[in-house]
Amino acid sequence: MAPATASAITLTVNGEKHTLTVDHRTTLLDALRERLQLTGTKKGCDQGQCGACTVLVGGRRVVSCLQLAVAVGDEDVTTIEGVADGEHLHPVQQAFLDLDGFQCGYCTPGQICSALAVLEEHAAGWPSAATEDVRPEAGPPALTPQEIRERMSGNLCRCGAYVSIVQAVAQAAEQTGGRTAEEPQKETKEPAA
Amino acid sequence: MKEFTYERAQDVGGAVALLDADPQARYLAGGTNLVDLMKAGVERPGQLVDVRALPLDRIETTDDGGLRIGATVTNSDLAAHPHIRRHYPALAQAVLEGASGQLRNMATVGGNLLQRTRCAYFTDTAFPCNKRTPGSGCPARTGEHHNHAILGASEHCVAVHPSDMGVALAAFDAAVTYETAEGAGELPLADFYLPVGETPHVETALPPGALITSVTLPPAPVAALSRYRKVRERASYAFAIGSAAAALDVSDGVVREVRLAFGAVASRPWRARTAERVLTGQPASGDAFTEAVDAELAAAEALPLNAYKVPLMRNLVLALLTELAEEAAR
Repeated sequence: MAPATASAITLTVNGEKHTLTVDHRTTLLDALRERLQLTGTKKGCDQGQCGACTVLVGGRRVVSCLQLAVAVGDEDVTTIEGVADGEHLHPVQQAFLDLDGFQCGYCTPGQICSALAVLEEHAAGWPSAATEDVRPEAGPPALTPQEIRERMSGNLCRCGAYVSIVQAVAQAAEQTGGRTAEEPQKETKEPAA
Repeated sequence: MKEFTYERAQDVGGAVALLDADPQARYLAGGTNLVDLMKAGVERPGQLVDVRALPLDRIETTDDGGLRIGATVTNSDLAAHPHIRRHYPALAQAVLEGASGQLRNMATVGGNLLQRTRCAYFTDTAFPCNKRTPGSGCPARTGEHHNHAILGASEHCVAVHPSDMGVALAAFDAAVTYETAEGAGELPLADFYLPVGETPHVETALPPGALITSVTLPPAPVAALSRYRKVRERASYAFAIGSAAAALDVSDGVVREVRLAFGAVASRPWRARTAERVLTGQPASGDAFTEAVDAELAAAEALPLNAYKVPLMRNLVLALLTELAEEAAR
């Protein structure tokens, strides 16, 4: 028998378990869209350059076009279909609607998934390339428009709705600021300074 | 994409045994470069050995006060780590200047060092490329080479290494620890990447089938005052056309110690040892900085479309050292 080039896997997507057999070449993006009919996640460049396929894996944003489905393991996957609470839109979704954070809408599911992670990463104190002083003593950076632009730079919008996207992320940040953000950092041993 | 088998390695010994038994196998970590190259047909492994479940995702202090960074630590975790941000800020900055938030969550430290060039001829199988198909030729010298090497290239290949992280690691004397079926080994980063010469397809000194297990940083007090600066064609989420990591120790206006490494100018992160030697013991002034960087760039061999990189690097390094000197004086 030839060695297996396909495997049975279980994907947990938006809290629901799906068992399916995938060719190892299948990306998470294609498994979501073609196998699970979750077409909210969009295929743009299919080479990790546009961010349209952004989903959360284990609570962290990734580009699903470069993530092999077989390698997801038992990590929870969250797609745009799992962001709202029933009929209640998530504050990030509402902010994109309120402030016209899109035009054609193709990049929007990726933008929203990315923005969710930006808020958590910022709440966890992660610096960015826009952060003037990355030393922990400098404290967490304010989520300025410049910080938002840098942190969202992995999501391209060919309609050029960036100005509204920045405003939407800022509004969502204000509205969710009181919440306890989930800690996205993996456990690493913190060495004595 | 060619079909392949997939194994999730449970321990380091098992992972290296699989590679030892199958030369067509590749390790899979974040996959941000490998999966992309597989889609393009540049990489055609028959087996992927997934190393992400291995216990190599910790950052720990070493007995000498340095750091050991596990090979599967993600770029995000590295850049967010308080110890890195406090004691090696240029390393955190370099990582944050690379790729996007999504890609940094996937990408790993070991994978970053082993990523391949983004030379458009290497990534397109319709073209010859000595790095991809040895002996087939290099169209870059007479073709599109505006982001190619000005230092250390050869007539066989002028591609640059795209890593930002590696530039800071080079400045801070990092070493790469690896495991093979025959046992463990360590390579200083200075010896990790091989000169291009006639074999641009042989990029590192790692033995066949070796798995990078960690990257160690020796203690470097000079690194506390360090910065990474990157120039690119858009403000974010693009590869460098020139970058530098620098660290400076100044007292009484004199440079006691300097670390300097360049990115996007050579086939490897380029430690600027000539500039370091020229500058050490000199006044921390613009004239001395210029003399040092010019000494390093005297070896530059520019091509018609990348000659701009020589003044770009000169100005970038001068600005970077000037900023650090001003910060040291505060």
